[in-house]
Amino acid sequence: MLAAVITFPGSNCDRDLARGFELAGARVVRVWHKETALPAGTDIVGVPGGFSYGDYLRCGAIAAQSPVAGAIAAHAARGGFVLGICNGFQVLTEMRLLPGALMRNAGLSFVCKPVRLRVATADSAFTSAYAKGSEVVFPVAHHDGNYTIDAEGLARLQGEDRVAFRYIDNPNGSMDDIAGVLSANRRVLGMMPHPERAVEAVQGGSDGSAFFRALAALTAPV
Amino acid sequence: MDEPKITPELIAAHGMKPDEYARLLEIIERVPTFTELGIFSAMWNEHCSYKSSKKWLRTLPTTGPQVICGPGENAGVVDIGDGQAVIFKMESHNHPSYIEPHQGAATGIGGILRDVFTMGARPIAAMDSLSFGLPSHPKTAHLVKGVVEGIGAYGNAFGVPNVGGEVRFHRSYNGNCLVNAFAAGLADADKIFYSAASGVGMPVVYLGAKTGRDGVGGATMASAEFDDTIEEKRPTVQVGDPFTEKCLLEACLELMASGAVISIQDMGAAGLTCSAVEMGDKGGLGIRLDLDRVPVREVGMTAYEMMLSESQERMLMVLKPEREAMARAIFEKWDLDFAIVGETIAEDRFLILHGNEVKADLPLSKLSSSAPEYDRPWVETPASAALGEVPAIAPIAALRALIGSPNYAHKAWVWEQYDCQVGADTLRRPGMGAGVVRVHGSTKALAFTSDVTPRYVKANPFQGGAQAVAEAWRNLVAVGALPLAATDNLNFGNPEKPAIMGQLVGAVKGIGAACRALDFPIVSGNVSLYNETDGAGILPTPTIGGVGLLASLDDLISGLPGAGDLALVIGRTEGHLGQTALLAEAFGIEAGDAPHVDLVAERKHGEFLLASRKLVSAASDLADGGLALAAFEMAEAAGIGVSLESGDIGQLFGEDQARYLVACTPANAEALAAAAAQAGVPLARVGQFSGATVSLGGDAAPLAGLSALYRSAFAEAVA
Repeated sequence: MLAAVITFPGSNCDRDLARGFELAGARVVRVWHKETALPAGTDIVGVPGGFSYGDYLRCGAIAAQSPVAGAIAAHAARGGFVLGICNGFQVLTEMRLLPGALMRNAGLSFVCKPVRLRVATADSAFTSAYAKGSEVVFPVAHHDGNYTIDAEGLARLQGEDRVAFRYIDNPNGSMDDIAGVLSANRRVLGMMPHPERAVEAVQGGSDGSAFFRALAALTAPV
Repeated sequence: MDEPKITPELIAAHGMKPDEYARLLEIIERVPTFTELGIFSAMWNEHCSYKSSKKWLRTLPTTGPQVICGPGENAGVVDIGDGQAVIFKMESHNHPSYIEPHQGAATGIGGILRDVFTMGARPIAAMDSLSFGLPSHPKTAHLVKGVVEGIGAYGNAFGVPNVGGEVRFHRSYNGNCLVNAFAAGLADADKIFYSAASGVGMPVVYLGAKTGRDGVGGATMASAEFDDTIEEKRPTVQVGDPFTEKCLLEACLELMASGAVISIQDMGAAGLTCSAVEMGDKGGLGIRLDLDRVPVREVGMTAYEMMLSESQERMLMVLKPEREAMARAIFEKWDLDFAIVGETIAEDRFLILHGNEVKADLPLSKLSSSAPEYDRPWVETPASAALGEVPAIAPIAALRALIGSPNYAHKAWVWEQYDCQVGADTLRRPGMGAGVVRVHGSTKALAFTSDVTPRYVKANPFQGGAQAVAEAWRNLVAVGALPLAATDNLNFGNPEKPAIMGQLVGAVKGIGAACRALDFPIVSGNVSLYNETDGAGILPTPTIGGVGLLASLDDLISGLPGAGDLALVIGRTEGHLGQTALLAEAFGIEAGDAPHVDLVAERKHGEFLLASRKLVSAASDLADGGLALAAFEMAEAAGIGVSLESGDIGQLFGEDQARYLVACTPANAEALAAAAAQAGVPLARVGQFSGATVSLGGDAAPLAGLSALYRSAFAEAVA
């Protein structure tokens, strides 16, 4: 299992995401945003949290135009796995790999705290370790996590079982309490909460370990 | 462009006193140019020269076997074993934050982070100690919102976890809020970078963001009192860009790892002037700068403006010439400016060229070494009158007065706006005592706290100064950390007033005594004076930032008691009520003496707790609010009720020092009692954590209702 973790200027959870994969037994290659190709054999692309390009213009908008974005899009088009966390989720929506948009939190303030999530579907490589309907706790830390989508798009996400996680106590005003969504082929996941901050008990919880272990087991380690 | 003529008005406008100007003339033996006057005023203002405080700062203990580098560099450096070091400092951004809270606070964070990574360290933790005016004052809500938002906006984007701090409200800060920002970073002990230049003819390189007109004269502004013209000072506040700072961090660490850097200094107060003089002065060299090569973002900037600009996210570096191409490539990778703007020279000169003209030609070594130093007259703060009769109050009503006040309410409204976990190494988040961050990739951790009780310092500067140190030390011990060293951020009023100077002198003496007794040296710091508005000074606020080491993650003591745990107090409780939180919050009384600090007992009780940590399920230091507040905080955090046996207000809310509240299982409580008896440490069983009720000597209330008050009071006060 080879994970390519992207670093944009302004990314600040790239190291944490790489470690989440590594602790689960995956091999990780760090990829600078000016690269135009992913390392050969990349199974999953990790688009990390942070403030790519300072979140200037719109969160994720400039990163979506970065040289590496073309390689990520091609990887997704081939049916490759892509995981976007926090700013990474914003980047994936700006790249149109995922529907909808992340707006300013309903409370207008940055919010950092552990939140309880309901696993809304177990039918994806990302969530297969959890039972549908089970509860996990991951931290959130964002200013723009208020998920918004048009009525038709929302109906489609719901009808196709593409909501991966829902907030139990919605911290940001997201529609339908959506914390994470899957692509139509279920191989691209974007989510605002940070499973990579919950992979060891000393961090205050380790509900994210199963998340990364399931991904690491996708293909045999090299 | 013609420079203005030097007139007495112009000299005064630069904050320079007539005797200081006379000294300047004596040094250069001619009338200075406008640019030279600006350079002198920047180097000689209080903010950069510490001219009022230096005499007293020298008395502080700054050494110890753990200290690698004490005050004088960008930040202090302390050994944490295994070839690693923690690098930290605290610095104020008070005046800018009052004028423009968001940018003022944001650039305060930016500045302190730069101080840390300039020395080669990756920042791993930040804290903020904030003091505001009364919530009812018309400016307060605006300042709180702006400052907290600014700290969050900068730190969150930069990517440093904010793990602690303080927020207080008092009328003395109505016209002058305090924003004290702390940052700590991690580096290999043999890869620390200093500011002293070495070698003649070495390229002086400018790195980072471009220079604009923002912040011109900021350091001089920060050294003056406020009056009703402050709105005119808004253009002296800088604007921060955390994105550029994050790129600058990564580029600098990459460049440092390459071995190309001889010395480095960030451009903070007085920008290019201060940084260049610092590098030359420490290296015994002169510096020539060619301002035509400085990257600028505005046209028509004068030499004066470029030398005094406080544009953010800039660094000055002396580079090994043969590594120039590689260094340039690293900065181009990060899309940052990289320009050779001068060189080191053998003569003792600070030579500034612009547009083929010499704009300044000064003896460099005289700029900092000849800065004026004052032995300001001071008077001892008179002893406080004895505390009179304390009004009667029921224990639960007293607790409600505290937890319903924004001073002692739950501060989630603040810290949930800060990313406290980026880096994925945060082991203890803000909210209770010290924050704890793992040393990345190891099984060690560092603990961080910031503390001061300004009421105490005003009543008794010596005891108040000592108490701030003792409380920081205790907070580190309470999480199981060995206290290593501290940084001090001394915020006072106008030092030209003997009574204010007396507060400074007394507090520094108290800080020094406590640091010596606790082997807790001061390794860095900052002084902020003239914190007055229209002649009224702030409460003296010497903030102490403390750092401790957990050699193993197993040493960490939790803050959360278990149901059925007994509550015990280490240390003697006399019931000292003078200057307590209870008097201030319940009755609006600030009277009596501050509690006295027994430094021998402090050390003994702290060492006892560290030695007994395996017996303890949870611990907290006892500080303002006393036993009742600490017990409530522990119980509330764990979601368990607590019952304290005594209903005596002095026992419950007294603020005697050298005390800890610990929770133990009944079996461990017996073992702890035996150990305490053997060690000669006072230990008293005071109650138990259980149920869903808070009971203080039989006066009881449901935890849920108290918790609701505790968790809503802050937001309501600043809404």
